[in-house]
Amino acid sequence: MRPVRTAVISTVAVLSLAGCGASPGGSGNDTAKNAEQAKQNSKKIDVSKAGNVTLTVWDQEVRGGQAKEIKQLNAAFQAKYPNVKIKRVAKSFDDLNTTLKLAVSGSKAPDVVEANQGRQVMGQLVKGGLLTPLDAYSDAYGWGDRYSKVLLDLNRFSDDGKQFGSGSLYGVSQMGEIVGVYYNKDKVSSPPTTFKDFEAQLQKAKAAGEVPISFGNLDPFAGIHEFQTVQNQYAKPDAVRDFVFARNGATFDTPENQQAATTLQDWAKKGYFTPNFNGTGYDPAWQQFAKGKGPFLIAGTWLTSDLADNMGDKVGFMLMPPPNEGDDPVSLGGESLPFAITSKSKNKDVAAAYIDFLTDAQAGAVLVDTDNLPAMKTEAQPSGGVSQEVTQAWKTLNEKQGLVPYLDYATPTFYDDVSGAIQRLLAEKDQPKGFTQDVQKDYSKFTESM
Amino acid sequence: MRPPGEPRRVAYLYILPGLAVFVAFVLAPLVHAGWISLFQWDGITAGEWVAFDNYKAVVTDPQLRSAFLHALVLLIFYSFLPIVIGLLLAAAMSRAPVRGLAGFRTILFLPQVIALVVVAVMWRMIYAPDGGLINGALSAVGLGSLQQNWLGSFNLALPAVGLVGTWVMYGLAMVLFTAGVQKIPQSLYDAARVDGAGPVREFFAVTLPGLRNELAVAMSLSVITALRAFDIIFVTTKGGPGNATTVPSLLIYQRAFITGEVGSAAAIGAIMGAIILLLSVVITRVVEERR
Repeated sequence: MRPVRTAVISTVAVLSLAGCGASPGGSGNDTAKNAEQAKQNSKKIDVSKAGNVTLTVWDQEVRGGQAKEIKQLNAAFQAKYPNVKIKRVAKSFDDLNTTLKLAVSGSKAPDVVEANQGRQVMGQLVKGGLLTPLDAYSDAYGWGDRYSKVLLDLNRFSDDGKQFGSGSLYGVSQMGEIVGVYYNKDKVSSPPTTFKDFEAQLQKAKAAGEVPISFGNLDPFAGIHEFQTVQNQYAKPDAVRDFVFARNGATFDTPENQQAATTLQDWAKKGYFTPNFNGTGYDPAWQQFAKGKGPFLIAGTWLTSDLADNMGDKVGFMLMPPPNEGDDPVSLGGESLPFAITSKSKNKDVAAAYIDFLTDAQAGAVLVDTDNLPAMKTEAQPSGGVSQEVTQAWKTLNEKQGLVPYLDYATPTFYDDVSGAIQRLLAEKDQPKGFTQDVQKDYSKFTESM
Repeated sequence: MRPPGEPRRVAYLYILPGLAVFVAFVLAPLVHAGWISLFQWDGITAGEWVAFDNYKAVVTDPQLRSAFLHALVLLIFYSFLPIVIGLLLAAAMSRAPVRGLAGFRTILFLPQVIALVVVAVMWRMIYAPDGGLINGALSAVGLGSLQQNWLGSFNLALPAVGLVGTWVMYGLAMVLFTAGVQKIPQSLYDAARVDGAGPVREFFAVTLPGLRNELAVAMSLSVITALRAFDIIFVTTKGGPGNATTVPSLLIYQRAFITGEVGSAAAIGAIMGAIILLLSVVITRVVEERR
């Protein structure tokens, strides 16, 4: 009896331990060398002669105009190249970000994926050698001419994944986005032209018993947008970029950031935001603005079509006015998730042609038709209304290099770090000085480990 | 000849299929997770051996420490309160025949039936500071000054989220207890009444001891639910404001799937597993077996 039992127990133990024994993730590859090799193997091909190919594409273009745009372009690509079949896997933003790492590192990796900018997703995939550098394709197809430098830099990483904002190009995006100021034309007769003027209008609205800025921070990404919109009026754009890209010894604990934090906290104290904003959801907040509850809303251009549907021509869009009239505007913004090619894809050249198709001039026209803001340079123009104001602002920002990237790209954990800190700042649990120090502490934990 | 019932070697063959499945899908992943918890691993590149650092962090990392503290607070809301409410309801229902009892019971049990995500979405609306049901009701009856920023306040968010758990769990406790009460012989109640026991005395002398087994079940289930609490918090506050409502299971999710701290996530999971196991053993030992 005894030996049998022992045998069973040891079998169980052996099976259980089968998963152990090696470091999880296997041995470290020489990602830089592989990346170099990938670049040499990349070439522009005639897709119609590539034989029968199935491209598996993971994207998160599932809402309104985005869904329309991608369906239309996918159909057009397959019509142009009948030998290519696109197998699309559509996921929500959160689902995509949380499942991508496993999918891309698995044996049946998709060919093309939308890999979100920043260290949380793209950075980690590049570090693991799971994405193909696209520089050779970019040269062959001329992607570099389609976008402003700021936009290209957002999709760049060094091949070891350590440097963000420079190095190889790992993806290109379709849509641009700006976090700017929407205003209700019934309540704002003359849009402010300086930051001071904007603050004066806030005060006037408050005195008139209105909610000056509609703001819901229960979904705490909203707080990041409010903070950066103010921060950009104090800090130099390059300082913020250096911080996000972790270069030139940038730090968060600067006088400019403290000033921005002071101003924002001051606005909260004076009641310039929706009452109880920390307990108000993002959607209810902008819906209040759409219903005419107050003059201003600081939000991203993803709300443009919803706001236009609700408010018609009463809604206007502008960039946060600079401290001095006539200064170049600086604004938080960026581009949609970039399309990237996985290292394990067997059809990289076809995948590159597909990405090219999604981002060329014709695609730009489709994007405009479907109420999207094209990130690439394009002649296509929306016919008027708030979309035109958004398009104009986008052009200005790209020409003046005034786009500043999202802070949460900075480290893998920074979204939680900075959004929690802003909630504390606005609830006066933290003072501006403590706020910048706390955020810097979280940030340096990452930079020191690099 | 072996007497019937004597264990035989062939028995191991009989349990083999079940055991194989158990090992492959429960035991092996468990051991593997334990192994991963000894590494600092981003989920992609090779992990770095850090021995027990991930476990030490539970004590040294203030974010983790507060998450475990919040889980303890949730025990009150998910376990203690529902059991007290369930006992009261069961005691009330046991004393006098209630007309339409089945109907009441169904209604009171409903929260347990609804998917937790739906519950959370609903409560997020109920708690909304502007236009939410609670604040709306308060101002409607002239108590506008009592309106609160339920989910957005650093002090109120955790109790507010906890109360949702109470609302979900009390129905289960009540159903368990009312079923248990029906098992208690009427003669015991009669005897208690003859001896002059009032409702309170009767509850402590007859009802409560008679519900010992049900109490153990209710406690185990609700304690496990409390410690695993994820859905409600994920949908209502995502751990905010600040870190006021972070709980271990939320951190497991964030670290494993978002921020690339798989080793730490596995360590938190292992600790949670150990705590749940320990509490279950203690509960069954103390409440159930002591007869």
